[in-house]
Amino acid sequence: MTDHPKTEEERMDEEPDRSEEAGSLLQELVAYLRDNRTELREEWARRISEAELLDVMSDEEIFSEATAVYDNYVDALETGSIETLQTYARELSERIIPRGVETHEVLGIVLLLRDVLARSLFAKYQNDAELLNRILDSYEPAANRIAVTVGVSFVEERERVIHEQQETLRELSTPVLQLRDRLLILPIIGILDSARARQLTEQLLGAIRDNRATVVVIDITGVATIDRTVANHLVQTVEASRLMGASTILTGLSSEIAQTLVDLDVDLGMMKTVGDLQGGLEEAERLAGYRGPDPAGDVES
Amino acid sequence: MSVAILRQGDYLVASIQSDLTDSEVVALRYELAELVGRQRARGIVIDVTALDVIDSFVARSLRAIVLTVALRGAVTVVAGIQPDVAIAMVQFRLNLEPLRAALDLDAAIALLDRLTRGDAVDGG
Repeated sequence: MTDHPKTEEERMDEEPDRSEEAGSLLQELVAYLRDNRTELREEWARRISEAELLDVMSDEEIFSEATAVYDNYVDALETGSIETLQTYARELSERIIPRGVETHEVLGIVLLLRDVLARSLFAKYQNDAELLNRILDSYEPAANRIAVTVGVSFVEERERVIHEQQETLRELSTPVLQLRDRLLILPIIGILDSARARQLTEQLLGAIRDNRATVVVIDITGVATIDRTVANHLVQTVEASRLMGASTILTGLSSEIAQTLVDLDVDLGMMKTVGDLQGGLEEAERLAGYRGPDPAGDVES
Repeated sequence: MSVAILRQGDYLVASIQSDLTDSEVVALRYELAELVGRQRARGIVIDVTALDVIDSFVARSLRAIVLTVALRGAVTVVAGIQPDVAIAMVQFRLNLEPLRAALDLDAAIALLDRLTRGDAVDGG
């Protein structure tokens, strides 16, 4: 029995004297699945379309992927080694994740294959309940393990993609630009969440120190909505900048955000706001002493 | 005492060299209030560049110094608050009104010049 050790490992929970028999049953099973490859594969592809899974893929694509998964699946059953299947599942996930395939679809099709095969086993061995039981004993744990492997591979791949995208966003998200000597501009675009707001504050304070800035213009024209947490973060950013000796001008508040801030009753006493970026820059240049008279002479108000 | 108080023109510069005990903070407050009158100083710079932490007691004391010294006729500017310290202070919501801050000693002196002389122009 060349496959004895693998079978042993795979069927740890079974009594030793049965593992050999289970191995040979599995061989029989694999042979059966190979012989009926065409019908079972078609049946599976049909069930997938019926269940309206993978509707972003064409029938031909589904069929060819189904063929590959089927062959890998049977190989994994035979050898008890899931490595090939795992690699294939990763590659498959890499291909289908950008097309918007969801986790439930992937789990769904693997479980469908499990059902299709189990059902065909029932049909084949229905006259011999005893044999059917033993076949299922060897089939089910292996099939479950395969289903878990494919599902986990998919989720892992997805998490990797999400993680990568988060990294990219983090790097792109908050440029602090020096417009003139001692004058910084911080354009914020997109969604502000707590993590980003915190990172933004850190970057801004570092830039204030490095550039010896006295005035900062924060432009939030590109921010669609704002909630209480983020509003408070903005207030904190402004306050922290003040502690570093820089005054802050907030520009580009949309009418929606302005109303939200008032409704939320956020303490905006500390904030100097100007309608648009142009006005904000003019005000900033005045504060930093670049142009025009400065009647108050108080940068820190 | 790890605070050196130096005279610089019309101003006093209190340079904090290391973390202060509470009693040292109280002593600093007393001494600054005293010196402002004696030396007729118009402004005070408290340089906290060396501080890694500004706790609520120190923050409260700084604010008390600002208010005390204002009653004696001088303006206070705190210089050199580090970015991490600034973040921590706003997160713990330490109330620092009406404390004025500047990036460092240079900026603090420039700010005092503007505040005490009503001089509007800041560099360029």
